[in-house]
Amino acid sequence: MSIATRDLTRAFARPRSGLGPQRLLAGPKLGSGESWDEHCARLDGPISDRLRRVPPDRLIEAVRRSGLRGRGGGGFPAGDKLLAARRHGSGAVVVGNGSETEPAAAKDEVLLRLRPHLVLDGLEVAARALGARGAFLVAPSPAAWDSVTEALAERADRHVPVQLIEGPRNFVGGEETAVIRWIEGGPALPRFQPPRVVDRGWRGLPTVVQNVETLAHLGLIARLGPEWFAAVGTEAEPGTMLITLSGAVERPGVYEVAIGLELTKLLGAAGPDPKAVALLVGGYFGSWLRAPQIPGARLSRAGLAPLAASPGAGVMHLLPPGSCGLRESHRVVDWLAQQGARQCGPCAHGLPALAEAMGRLAGHRGQASEAGAQLRRWSDQIEGRGACRHPDGAVNLVRSTLAAFGDEIELHERGGCSGTRLSNLPLPPWELRPA
Amino acid sequence: MSEQYLHVDPTLCVGHRICAELLPELIGLDDWGYPIISPDPIPRVLRRRARGTRTACPALALALDHSPGRKARRDTAVAAP
Repeated sequence: MSIATRDLTRAFARPRSGLGPQRLLAGPKLGSGESWDEHCARLDGPISDRLRRVPPDRLIEAVRRSGLRGRGGGGFPAGDKLLAARRHGSGAVVVGNGSETEPAAAKDEVLLRLRPHLVLDGLEVAARALGARGAFLVAPSPAAWDSVTEALAERADRHVPVQLIEGPRNFVGGEETAVIRWIEGGPALPRFQPPRVVDRGWRGLPTVVQNVETLAHLGLIARLGPEWFAAVGTEAEPGTMLITLSGAVERPGVYEVAIGLELTKLLGAAGPDPKAVALLVGGYFGSWLRAPQIPGARLSRAGLAPLAASPGAGVMHLLPPGSCGLRESHRVVDWLAQQGARQCGPCAHGLPALAEAMGRLAGHRGQASEAGAQLRRWSDQIEGRGACRHPDGAVNLVRSTLAAFGDEIELHERGGCSGTRLSNLPLPPWELRPA
Repeated sequence: MSEQYLHVDPTLCVGHRICAELLPELIGLDDWGYPIISPDPIPRVLRRRARGTRTACPALALALDHSPGRKARRDTAVAAP
C-alpha cells in the first residue's frame, strides 16, 4: 500500500516555552525516537513496576479523576470508556489508534516516532486496567511502524502482547469502527453503532479504542497521578494537547500546548503571516475563524464553542493571503465527498450534492446566494444521519464557510473573487477505498 | 411500558421509500429519497403501524428499541416536501 504520497516525511516537533509544560515532547533532543533506557531513566523505571503495585480498578479510577478526554477528535472521557468495557469483566481488547487519516495532521506520527515508549506505556496501562487479552497499535506510516517495532523489541517484560498494524489510508478509515474492521482483515469502513465497540468490538469482544496521544497521557497519569495531570489546562479540560499547525506560519509543526491557551500565543510562537485570511480549526471537519475572532479565543472545547468551533484532533491551518476561503472550502468538501464510504444515503448522495453546490458558491457566475440556500437546506437534512460522523463533519465545514466568508460570498455574487492563488491545504490522491 | 423509538441503519437503507409511505407521521424523506426519522418516542397509537413498517422494509433497515437516537436531532427532523 502506498503511503509515500503522505506529506509527512519530515516529522517535526516544536517544543516551545510559554505554551505550557512539555509533557509528551519533554525529554531528550527531538529528532529521533527516545530509547527505552532514556525513557526509564527519565520517568523512574519501567511502567510494569508501577502496574504491579496498583490494582486495575484503581487505575481506572485514577484516569476518571484525572479528567482526561480522548485526543482523537471526539473528546470522550477516557476513564468512562475504560469503565464501560470493564463492566463486561476482564478479557477486553485495546486498540491504540494512530491511523491519523486526517491529511493535515501529524501529531500521532510525531509522537510514535519520537516518543514511542510513552504510547506503549499507555497501551500497557489500558490493557492492565481492563485485564485485556491483547492489544493492537495502528501506525500511520512506515516510519512510525519502524519506530514502534524498535521500541517493542527494547521492552523486556510486557503485560500484554501488542500487535502492530499498518493503518488504513482512506479518510473514514480512522474512525473507531472502521479501524476495528480493518484490524479484523475487512475493509476500513465504519459500521452503524449501536452496538458500541466497548460492548461489541473486535471479533465481538468489548474493545477500547483510544487515540495514541490519549494513551501517552494515560501512561503518565498512571505514573504521576491524576492531580499532577489536572494541574495544567482548564478545570473541565485538563492537561496538554498536541497541535499540528500548518499554512502561513514560519514554523509549521507539532506543538504541545496547555489546554485553554490563548490562540494568539500559539500562533505567535509559530510566526504567523499578519495578512493571513482565516484560521481553520479542527481540521477538515472543523471551522473557519476570521482574524477579528482570534484575539481572546482560547484553545479548548469550551473556549472555542462560542465561535462555533472545536479543537477536534488539534489540526490547524492558517490560510495565506491571496487565498479565497470559498474556493479552498470547495476543494476540501469535494475531497471529503470523494473520501466518503458511500454506505449511507447522506454520504452517497448528500455529500456530492454539497460539493457541487460549494462549487457554485465558489464560482463567478453570480449563483452564490442560491447555492448558499441549498447548502443550508441540505446541511440540515444530512446532519446526524450517517453511520459515522463523516457527513456531519462535512456539514460543519459547509456551515462554517457560509458563516465566516459572508464578504467573499457577496463578492462572488457580483462575479468577483479575492483569490489569486490556491493554498497548500493537503488533499492527497489516496485510494478511495481500501482493497 | 417504556417509550419506544424508531431507528434506521443507514448502511442498510437503500432508499426504497416504502417506510415514508406507510408511516408519514414519523418518517419524512430527504431530497434523495432517504428516510429522516423523528427522534421523538413513538406515540402509542402508532406503535402497531411502526412495527408493521419495520417488517415492510425490504432492506430490513428499520429497528425499534427503547433507546433514543444518539443525539437530539434538529427541529427539521421530518423534512418539508
